[in-house]
Amino acid sequence: MTKGLPRSAGGRLIRGLPALGSVAAAIVLWEIYVRLSGISPLVLPAPSRVVEQMAANRALLWENTLPTLSATLTGFAFSVSIAFALSVALDFLPKLRRALFPIFVVSQTLPLVAIAPLAVLWFGFGLTPKILLVALVTFFPMLVALVDGYEATDPEIETLMRSMGASRWKVFRAARFPSAMPYFFAGLRISITYAVVAAIFSEYVGARAGLGIVILNAKNSFRPDLMLAAVVVSSTLTLVLFGVSALLQRVLLRWREAGQGQ
Amino acid sequence: MNALELRNVGVSLGETEVLDDVSLRVGQGEFVSILGPSGAGKSTLFRLLTGALEPDRGEILLDGSTLKRNATTFAFMPQRDALMPWRRIIDNVILGLEVQGVSRAEARARALPLFAEFGLAGFEERYPAELSGGMRQRAALLRTVIQARPVQLLDEPFGALDALTRAQMQRWLEDRWRGARWTTLLVTHDVREAVALSDRIYVLSRRPARVISEVVVRAPRPRLGTALPAEARAQEEELLNTLLSQTGE
Repeated sequence: MTKGLPRSAGGRLIRGLPALGSVAAAIVLWEIYVRLSGISPLVLPAPSRVVEQMAANRALLWENTLPTLSATLTGFAFSVSIAFALSVALDFLPKLRRALFPIFVVSQTLPLVAIAPLAVLWFGFGLTPKILLVALVTFFPMLVALVDGYEATDPEIETLMRSMGASRWKVFRAARFPSAMPYFFAGLRISITYAVVAAIFSEYVGARAGLGIVILNAKNSFRPDLMLAAVVVSSTLTLVLFGVSALLQRVLLRWREAGQGQ
Repeated sequence: MNALELRNVGVSLGETEVLDDVSLRVGQGEFVSILGPSGAGKSTLFRLLTGALEPDRGEILLDGSTLKRNATTFAFMPQRDALMPWRRIIDNVILGLEVQGVSRAEARARALPLFAEFGLAGFEERYPAELSGGMRQRAALLRTVIQARPVQLLDEPFGALDALTRAQMQRWLEDRWRGARWTTLLVTHDVREAVALSDRIYVLSRRPARVISEVVVRAPRPRLGTALPAEARAQEEELLNTLLSQTGE
């Protein structure tokens, strides 16, 4: 039995070419349009100008990326810990699940535009309201991913473990929890992108620093070029975090790649 | 001495009467099969034995005393292999020992010498997805017998395999069994499999299940790989006819 060759970095690059090509084409078209139409950079700056601004303001952008990153990661870590603890409780107490799920669903219906200023009003301009907003946005998807993951356990594995005399807790640890891991990581990849957006939005509503503040100030001084520069930075940040969670999944769930390509 | 005896066991699930009156026994070191049409309540029988369900009537005796709820007398092998895809083969095999509280190192030390006999040498550290169907089934069987429980319960263990692999696995199991003489209760649809492997065979009726026939197979072993004696072939034919009369079509 031969092990499948690991997909090479070169192969992945070739598969990514169409995507890179279409993005590059869009940027080129944008640049051409701005140059030919003579539109004011106060309305639509060219991509080249956005890049210039990124270079000119790199210190400012970097200083303000760090608070956003820290709000995102702290809020997300907080939300994942609570979601995990609660998912275990819900798995053991189905009644609790019926009692609490409606509250979580309602929490997802709250418009961020209303909650964010209230959080700032209640908790000030520090890190706390950001953490809370990031947690509010990411908590439910993570909880649902875990709870669904436990439910997806192969019933035959559970029957087998019961026949071996395993306790409910042992079944959870050895079967239900590992079964949920692919679901957990799928939820993680999606939630981390929401987390960045939520952090920036809560900064926009009230903060001392952060990419949200850069965007707010740039908007107030009619600087769409600087706004777009901050957008590029925030998108990059999101992509990096997405990549990190994908990488984490590859490392921690190596078994999922076993037996592929045979 | 009977390792296991069921006396007039009856059980209903909700409104449905699944087992009407089932009496059977498995002697020490004996290989007994249960044949029955689909939906005859074979799985219900196994749930009774693994303690997931209690009989409404009758009793289940182990070595002459009543079966306690959640007793761990049986090592169970489910229909599909139920290997955990996230555990390496060695760690799948020792799952039962781990549940019994044996330390991982000790359990591994007990399991490793058996890998060659089960045709799994060199695959200890592989994941289930990297193994063929037959190998997975052998790993599941090793996981079953290593628990060293008094009775092995095999629930259609080769049902999901292709015909060739199944024939191979049946020969292999016969060979292993002749060496080890595990007390075994096998549930199957496959008449040939039952005749080839069993000392005795019980046939269940359609639901609600009763034992409608008990057949003792006396053909010398090994039976697979050689032509069966005329008596065993006649038994095969008779069993198949009995089963077909119970399909209700």
